Amino acid sequence: MNWQGWAEIALTLGLALALGWPLGIFMSRVWNKESTWLDPVLKPIERGFYAVAGIDPNKSQGWVGYGASLIAFNLFGFILLYAMLRLQGILPFNPQGFAGVSPDLAFNTAVSFVTNTNWQSYGGETTMSHFTQMVGLTTQNFVSAATGAAIAAALARAFAGNRETGIGNFWADLVRTTLYVLLPLAFVLAVALIGLGVVQNFAASVSATTLDGASQTISVAPTASQLAIKQLGINGGGIFNVNSAHPFENPNPLTNLMTAIAINTLGWAAFFAFGRSAFARKEIRALATAGILILGAGAGVIYVAEAQPAPALVAAGIENPVNMEGKETRFGLAGTAAWAAQTTGASNGSVNGMHDSLMPLGGGMSMLLMMLGEILPGGIGSGIAIMVVMAVLSVFVAGLMVGRTPEYLGKKIEAREIQFAMVALLVVPLSTLGLSALTVVWPGGLSSLFNPGAHGLSELLYAFTSATANNGSAFGGVSANVPWWNTTLGLAMLLGRFIPIVAVLAIAGSIVTKPKLAPSTGTLPTTGALFIGLLVGVIIILGALQYFPALALGPIVEHFQVLEAVAAN
Amino acid sequence: MLNQARPAIVSMLLFSAILGGAYPAVVTAAGGALFPAQAEGSLVRNAEGVVVGSKLIGQVTTSPGYLWPRPSAAGDGYNAAGSSGSNLGPLNPVLIERVAADAAAVRAYAPEGAIPPDAVTTSGSGLDPEISPEFAALQVDRIAEARGIEPSEVVAVVAANTEAPLLGFIGQARVNVLMTNLALDSAYPLQPAAE
Repeated sequence: MNWQGWAEIALTLGLALALGWPLGIFMSRVWNKESTWLDPVLKPIERGFYAVAGIDPNKSQGWVGYGASLIAFNLFGFILLYAMLRLQGILPFNPQGFAGVSPDLAFNTAVSFVTNTNWQSYGGETTMSHFTQMVGLTTQNFVSAATGAAIAAALARAFAGNRETGIGNFWADLVRTTLYVLLPLAFVLAVALIGLGVVQNFAASVSATTLDGASQTISVAPTASQLAIKQLGINGGGIFNVNSAHPFENPNPLTNLMTAIAINTLGWAAFFAFGRSAFARKEIRALATAGILILGAGAGVIYVAEAQPAPALVAAGIENPVNMEGKETRFGLAGTAAWAAQTTGASNGSVNGMHDSLMPLGGGMSMLLMMLGEILPGGIGSGIAIMVVMAVLSVFVAGLMVGRTPEYLGKKIEAREIQFAMVALLVVPLSTLGLSALTVVWPGGLSSLFNPGAHGLSELLYAFTSATANNGSAFGGVSANVPWWNTTLGLAMLLGRFIPIVAVLAIAGSIVTKPKLAPSTGTLPTTGALFIGLLVGVIIILGALQYFPALALGPIVEHFQVLEAVAAN
Repeated sequence: MLNQARPAIVSMLLFSAILGGAYPAVVTAAGGALFPAQAEGSLVRNAEGVVVGSKLIGQVTTSPGYLWPRPSAAGDGYNAAGSSGSNLGPLNPVLIERVAADAAAVRAYAPEGAIPPDAVTTSGSGLDPEISPEFAALQVDRIAEARGIEPSEVVAVVAANTEAPLLGFIGQARVNVLMTNLALDSAYPLQPAAE
């Protein structure tokens, strides 16, 4: 560890948060249908889109209608992507001649990209054609992110409204977020990344004759266009097997900094957009403060963990035995630690080093950051939505202590809201732990594990945590491309995505009908340090209570085994 | 639900055309026009125009006169059509054995000097084009001997191909293996293996 490393981590996390502020104001304007400087170019495209698709963007929907539109759009997106994957062999732009993928992998992959998870049971350069990558996967990178953003837009309107019924129009939220926010940013970032070395072409591969006289086949792909939106949309699915560790996806420290910022910045932007659209700027600043505190602590833990003596290097007598296994020279420990925290704190899931080879506490913290609910800052919109649910739960807990009906952002929090909040929060451990346990006892379930001992359990737990949390990163040693894992992980992604979405929309539908109350002397302040402390406590206690027993059997016990192995040398 | 079908189907198809077709096509066109070398893959060609590799992709070099890369878990080593890390956990016996063997391999040519961690670990991609300056320094004597030149001459070439961290603290100092080897070849050509 050194000051340079700490400075790099602080700069990366801080810049992502800082850039989220202006981007959030812009995002709020887009949600609110205010004018933007992009209107002259995009307004005609937007109007044409509505006309062709038969959408009336000004028709405000109730929560059931909003949810039905969302489900219908995602359902057809799934069907289309599944068909594309199965028919890959006869579709164009397939210079490598890849065949259609198996039914279970197609199911897993289609669910994965529609749910903004981007879990990859396959290696990109050995499985997917350019057509699949672009038309299938890149498209879902955009629209799954916009789907998440729509949830936050709807919830913000619910808190802003005073005895209303509508929470906005799903189609307008989807189209406007995609066209005004995601597309322009992705285009600028993609072109800049090409300039910095990211590959972008449609060739099958390049053949090189190495200095040793051997031949080397180098896979290439339209990488920059997908990379930009995989980061900005907090998706995380790489073109290449090793994702952002691949030098073509992440060639140098500058691209690493830019793409690491992109992992978090629109997640934070959705926080600030929510604050502006719900007229709750100060309250949302408190939520962002709680989020960055936990994320910063997580990044610090990972950095410290990776700088601990690694048993294999100690045994070989290496003088500076830090854990460089699975890490790139250009990023080192700090660049990999900051990324690991950002990708798991947001529901991104791209990696710039192999998480399976992280030290036990490094990998364990990455897992915990997902288990805390993907709210640091989480996906675009989906993160702030669940963070607001956490805040609702916090005022409820405080209300129980003082015996008053809790309020949040001027709305009374009553039984219905708390019931749906619990549905949104509890489906996650149910899916994560339930499916993990089922896989442990399922015949052959454990044969997909790669590493022995406690680390093997960590691999399994990480996989179901990642899938349910819609993160998508992995302990990559797992051979997940088998029917049992593809199916159960697909199920975990569906449960972790759509049940919280429906629950949040139900909360929005209930909140929007309530009168907006002015704060009274009895209202718990939801802006200061006291509330931030309460919120951090609720988030961590909830996460720890749910997952501590499982973590104790995986990363925690492995940590003590590492200490023992190092001491034995 | 049925009245949702038209907007769902039509907007998904429109998005596929805009985001899956037009967007990557425009990015590819812009990238190819503005940054053709990078878009192509930062390929490096020799005097005859033959592609010898990519500046960004590591490759296996075994001749003692060349800088050698880190161990690699991509296929048999630096398989650029199948990137992969080792995915070995910190206590995996396979990792412990492999690191010991990698350390012994370094010791075979560099009996003195601390072995840096990157010399005995595989990278995340298996295609890491770079090594730490410390790992390069360990290889200087071997290269100088193989080429019949002074170690200081090798050190100068390595230094010219070393990049410092951005602004002094973002990323790590690193030496590009392929570019160093090409610079060595052009300044101090390897003698034909007559002896």
